[in-house]
Amino acid sequence: MQYMLLLYVDQNSWAKMPPEEQQKGYGAYMSFLEALKKAGAYQASGRLQPTTTATTVRVSNNKTQVLNGPYTETKEQLGGYFLIEAADLDAAISWAARCPASSHGTVEVRPVWVNPAP
Amino acid sequence: MTSGEGGEQARSTADAVARRSYGKLVAFLAARTRDVASVEDALAEAFASALVDWPRNGCPANPEGWLLTAARRKLIDFARRRRTGDSASGQLQLIAEELEAAAAASTANEWRIPDQRLALMFACAHPAIEAGVRAPLILQVLLGLDAVMIASAFLTSPAAMSQRLVRAKDKIHQAGIPFRIPEREELPGRLGTVLDAIYAAFSEGWTDSGGTDIARRDLAEEALFLGQLVTQLLPDEPEALGLLALMLYVEARRPARRDAQGGYVPLAAQDVSLWNSELIETAEMLLLRASPMNAIGRYQLEAALQSAHVARRRKGDANWSSIVQLYDALLALSGSPVVAINRALAVAEVDGARAALDILQSLAEDKRLTEYQPYWAARAELLARNDARDEAHQAYEVAIGLERDPAVRRFLQQRQSALALASSQVLTVTTDREFQAVKAPCSDG
Repeated sequence: MQYMLLLYVDQNSWAKMPPEEQQKGYGAYMSFLEALKKAGAYQASGRLQPTTTATTVRVSNNKTQVLNGPYTETKEQLGGYFLIEAADLDAAISWAARCPASSHGTVEVRPVWVNPAP
Repeated sequence: MTSGEGGEQARSTADAVARRSYGKLVAFLAARTRDVASVEDALAEAFASALVDWPRNGCPANPEGWLLTAARRKLIDFARRRRTGDSASGQLQLIAEELEAAAAASTANEWRIPDQRLALMFACAHPAIEAGVRAPLILQVLLGLDAVMIASAFLTSPAAMSQRLVRAKDKIHQAGIPFRIPEREELPGRLGTVLDAIYAAFSEGWTDSGGTDIARRDLAEEALFLGQLVTQLLPDEPEALGLLALMLYVEARRPARRDAQGGYVPLAAQDVSLWNSELIETAEMLLLRASPMNAIGRYQLEAALQSAHVARRRKGDANWSSIVQLYDALLALSGSPVVAINRALAVAEVDGARAALDILQSLAEDKRLTEYQPYWAARAELLARNDARDEAHQAYEVAIGLERDPAVRRFLQQRQSALALASSQVLTVTTDREFQAVKAPCSDG
């Protein structure tokens, strides 16, 4: 099964870290990525720019509404994702627990639809 | 043989297989697809087919295998009907794998379905499943109980319960919750919800101990079986031992719970010579085995309570002050209003009915209790002992109205009419303490 690990972290605390700390943190993510690849679990990943760069779009009554900022303002923000292949939820949960974000933030595990709903 | 007899026989064979094998069939059929809801539907249809086919063609030599094959065919139908394309073929592939596994597991004439019930229980008790629905889910999926029966055991509405059950099954399927016994290190943490469900099943079976309802009695046996299974798997888990001990104490008193006319006999009035001393001794041994493990929990405490009650066997009276102490510990652990009611009744034996009534009064704010029979029965009993006959009469009225077991209803009616006849001395036989102690465990505490 495919699972999406959604990483919610406090982007401000990252920005406040000294460069060497950031380097260490970045290294931890690289190691996690490497482990995923070695295990054949890796599908895709991405690190998102801070929510200050976010734009929200909604179309209603044929009018496109474009707003500055993220969908919701939260204490921890969606900062990145890993799309992984795992045998079951327990396997996905143990990857989520290894992900550095689960130590300094929260990781949401979501199964991906095999087929879109009819 | 007339078709009537054949139909009768087919029905009783189907009932017997349903009781013995329902959970096993669900666990086995759903292990790969994890689609519990479809498996339940397929099994329901397979049982319906059996009731048509068996009276006509005779009961098969291997009814379990017959049902498994029929259910599997239904599952293939479902998968084809639902959708063509990748998903359907994936589903069919899984069913085919399951078939191969079944073939490998069976010899020429005999199907041996591997017992994966425990793995299924752990899937139902997975931390990713909403806490309050884990135990009901196990009851439904492993024992085939309907949502109405489960809702009444868990003090909730049938509509809400069935919705939560559907959602939980969807989650197992869609989130890919595995059917697996957890690794040793995470096992103890996951065990509690499994034990709660086993106990809830046992309580359901216990509610009608008169033997009039075979399905219920088997539920208690099934729960005992599951309890034994867990202690075999986890011989060093004190709470699993405590639960088994608790169930055995209660089971030991089954023969004494009804008189010859099927009338209800409260614990205090039971003939101790009818208690099964072998089961009681096994229970005492299990408790002794658990105690040096130094991890006291709800089930060991409840078993210890039972132990204090059965002390009457030797000493002529239960040990009330230690019963109150055990309830104190249990209440601190669970915070359950049901435990608080039982504690109040024990307090009545030590400090009198007035003190116990004050405790009940403080519990009255919990809305769930207004529909809970033992609350009203306890209230009625204590009011009667306090000579508040009109209020007692009313409380009995509500208790009778809420009770579903006819024998208990008759018992409560007798108590109610005794109010008008006699002085309060007649009412020294305490109300159904044992019944309350066992009924409706509050697993959400």
